[in-house]
Amino acid sequence: MTETHPGLLHHFDDAAQQKEASTLGMWTFLITEILFFGGLFAAYVVYRTRFPEAWAAGSHHLDITLGAVNTAILIGSSLTMALGVHSSQIGRNRLLIAFLILTVVLGGAFLGIKAVEYHHKYEEHHVPGPAFSYPGPIAGQVQLFFALYFAMTGMHALHMVVGVGLLLNLIRQARRGRFTPAYNTPVDMIGLYWHFVDIVWVFLFPLLYLLGRH
Amino acid sequence: MSDHIVPRRTYYLIFAALLVLTAVTVAVAFLDVGPLNTIAAMSIASIKATLIVLYFMHARYGSRLVWVFLGCGIMWLGVLLALIMSDYVSRGWTG
Repeated sequence: MTETHPGLLHHFDDAAQQKEASTLGMWTFLITEILFFGGLFAAYVVYRTRFPEAWAAGSHHLDITLGAVNTAILIGSSLTMALGVHSSQIGRNRLLIAFLILTVVLGGAFLGIKAVEYHHKYEEHHVPGPAFSYPGPIAGQVQLFFALYFAMTGMHALHMVVGVGLLLNLIRQARRGRFTPAYNTPVDMIGLYWHFVDIVWVFLFPLLYLLGRH
Repeated sequence: MSDHIVPRRTYYLIFAALLVLTAVTVAVAFLDVGPLNTIAAMSIASIKATLIVLYFMHARYGSRLVWVFLGCGIMWLGVLLALIMSDYVSRGWTG
């Protein structure tokens, strides 16, 4: 690595300093994301504490198999992302492109299953709004559960869509040979983002699908 | 460039551990162990998140400053949840 590398911007002393700044900046962004999702988690905890029966009833209507399969798919996509970063670090560009494509495919599979689940909810009239219907006296509380379900999984899915877009852009750049062992910061940073979105799901899955299941 | 290159074997091991933990958390969800259900589910999720942060996200090999930032984020999330809940659980009149 020398100062002549095209990836090095003029306001950094060297590549290591540039990489450190990028990494810290990415973590700072992810921390704002933790607090963004934290607001939704806080709303979930408040209303679960107040309406435990409705929360148990609501989670019984979610498909635990699809949720578990999606969890495995997302963990798999984190593995392929990590292997992609690894490939770029050791200069295996074709392998990098293959792993990035695999990550996009797995991310797409996750979103596809999520769409199937949303469609089930639509057919069962569990989408909050005028068409919502649920028998019994706690219908309003169950509707609140589903409102939070759609808000939390919807924001998560939106992050996945953004992630897929970022990955497609990375693939385009990788095909042009932009990434080398000396400069692979974008691969690394988008990897951090992808893993963060995985972590959000790691908490959403038990909170929405598993608690109150027994 | 001083990238710390994690051996591929580590990634496979973490991946396997995450899948096993997912299976465990699903299995535990079908047992009725009262409040322990919530504690078990959240503990397993936290372990999974920690594995992802440390190894997939390379925090273990990251700079001290990254650790400080990450600690700040988690601390503020704790403040958010703890203060909101301390308010709700201490107000009997909200029903």
